Amino acid sequence: MIDKSTKSTLASYLHQSAEVKTRFDKLKNREVILEVKNLDKVYKTNKGETIALKNVSFKTHKREFVCIIGPSGCGKSTLARILAGLESYSGGEVLLDGKPIEGPGRDRGMVFQGYTLFPWRTVKQNVMFGLEMNSIGSAEAGREAELWLELVGLEKFANAFPHELSGGMKQRVAIARALVNQPRILLMDEPFGALDAQTRAKMQAHLLEIWRNIDITIVFITHDLDEAIFLADRVLVLKAHPGEVMELIEVPVPRPRNLTQTNSPEFLATKARLEALIHPQEVTELNEIPIQQRMIRFVNVADNVE
Amino acid sequence: MKSFSLLSGWFGVRQELSKERRTIIGWASFLLPILIWCAVSYLPFIWHPLVLVENIGDVDYFQEGMRIEKTIFKEEFENMQSNGKKVPQGIPANPIYLPAPHEVAKAFYTAFTTPPAQKDGLWMHESLWQSIKVIFWGFVISSLFGVPLGILCGTYSVVARLFEPFIEFFRYLPAPAFGALMVAVLGIYDGPKIAIIVIGTFFQQVLVISNTTRKLDYSLIEAAMTLGTSKWKLLHHVVIPGILPNLYLDMRILLGWAWTYLIVAELIGTSSGITLFITQQARYQHFENVYAAIFIIGFIGLGTDLFLAWLGRRMFRWDRPANKV
Repeated sequence: MIDKSTKSTLASYLHQSAEVKTRFDKLKNREVILEVKNLDKVYKTNKGETIALKNVSFKTHKREFVCIIGPSGCGKSTLARILAGLESYSGGEVLLDGKPIEGPGRDRGMVFQGYTLFPWRTVKQNVMFGLEMNSIGSAEAGREAELWLELVGLEKFANAFPHELSGGMKQRVAIARALVNQPRILLMDEPFGALDAQTRAKMQAHLLEIWRNIDITIVFITHDLDEAIFLADRVLVLKAHPGEVMELIEVPVPRPRNLTQTNSPEFLATKARLEALIHPQEVTELNEIPIQQRMIRFVNVADNVE
Repeated sequence: MKSFSLLSGWFGVRQELSKERRTIIGWASFLLPILIWCAVSYLPFIWHPLVLVENIGDVDYFQEGMRIEKTIFKEEFENMQSNGKKVPQGIPANPIYLPAPHEVAKAFYTAFTTPPAQKDGLWMHESLWQSIKVIFWGFVISSLFGVPLGILCGTYSVVARLFEPFIEFFRYLPAPAFGALMVAVLGIYDGPKIAIIVIGTFFQQVLVISNTTRKLDYSLIEAAMTLGTSKWKLLHHVVIPGILPNLYLDMRILLGWAWTYLIVAELIGTSSGITLFITQQARYQHFENVYAAIFIIGFIGLGTDLFLAWLGRRMFRWDRPANKV
């Protein structure tokens, strides 16, 4: 899969310390939870067919943290929605625990970018929702919900309504709401995309903390390279038009992760590789117009700011 | 400059007014038309196209209390003057159909205290009660079918496609056109009146509510599905609670709609209710009573709406936009 010539120049992202290597070996020995085989997704529109995903294949092991990354239009959200069962696919196979996915189900929790909390329910009632829908008595559901609210640190806000919460808090409720069902995998579609940088960093650390303590496999969609490297065991890189797998990168940054590692050589090497894959310098996309070309000057010649 | 900025402070585009200003302007919205009405009624130099004859003089066809055109009065006045006869006297007046505010205010009181003119007639409050009952049943029957059908249309495309094209056609048929038909089917009493209100409300109701249902954020439904909600539970646990505040708002608007059909409905078969009161009073040229009755409908409508708005804010505390004000 990897080209020999690029390997020599960018070798360091492939270099894994012994510790990291044993972790990956251990990880790959775990059972496969999610298997995507030759997945195709074609949209039929009035203008003809658009290929959103083409021949996508990958495996995810139990308790793995996978990030899916790619430029806009690479179909990463479509992929997440197919995994959630919210969208159909045109070809190939999607297997969860060896069984094909048919429609949405409680075995795959999902956290959306737009929070999607039920505004008429309090925080606690939101978390209880999944249990109620699966015929669990309200007393037990209430106890469970409190437990999960404590995990995300929102037990004090149990009786607040979603509109009273900040963005980060809303997303923590959404995580608790998805986890209370004890799904096999947690799908997260750019969950922190709408948050400010500070909240975002806190939420990333918080998510890793949750992941460490719970038997959950996470598939995390993002377009933020740093976020992907910081969170993931492996990063699935997609390219756009059509959405195809470019590479499945094993992140060589050791765990437990912290923000100081963002300047470590492993981190930087991985980021350089991702950047090379996602923003190749030679090829400018057809629909992308260079910004600086021949810009008209609207200010006095003498009035310079730089 | 200062005065300009003062004035522009009142006209911020889509800016909320302060509580104080809201109150002032709210009252002004009622005071303004009343002031115009007062000016037209009490200032003799505004409008007053007629002359109320107080003393007929020697004009043989004048009568005391008669309202006559200004030009004719002037003509007769000059006529008598040049002939050396007794001149008529009168004061500027408005037409009989525009009573002064104080007359209408008095009528408000007397309308409830005056016994009915005919033996089998109804008191004012009885007429009103009759009207309210017709509205109530018309609206309840319409909602009983319209609300569920609207929600189903907004949720399931199959239902929408099956009902909406026909409803789109039917809603253009004017409800009063069914008057004669409804009398033939349901008799002459309250039946056809309620039917007219149902016909007038139902079809709009289905379309308005299905539209409201469609506006529910689809991602909430998706979120519910990923939490293991079955197709059939979605309606009860996501769609209905999600649209409830907007549905409630629709119902408030539709209730006002139902009131507009009342007058036509009550003319069908045997006239009844507030309409009978109004037509009778108009026949006897008691226009102050006519205005009083019309205003009472307005007050009942506004009162109900304010009450329902207040109730809605209490019921849907979680709905931020509705509670912003």
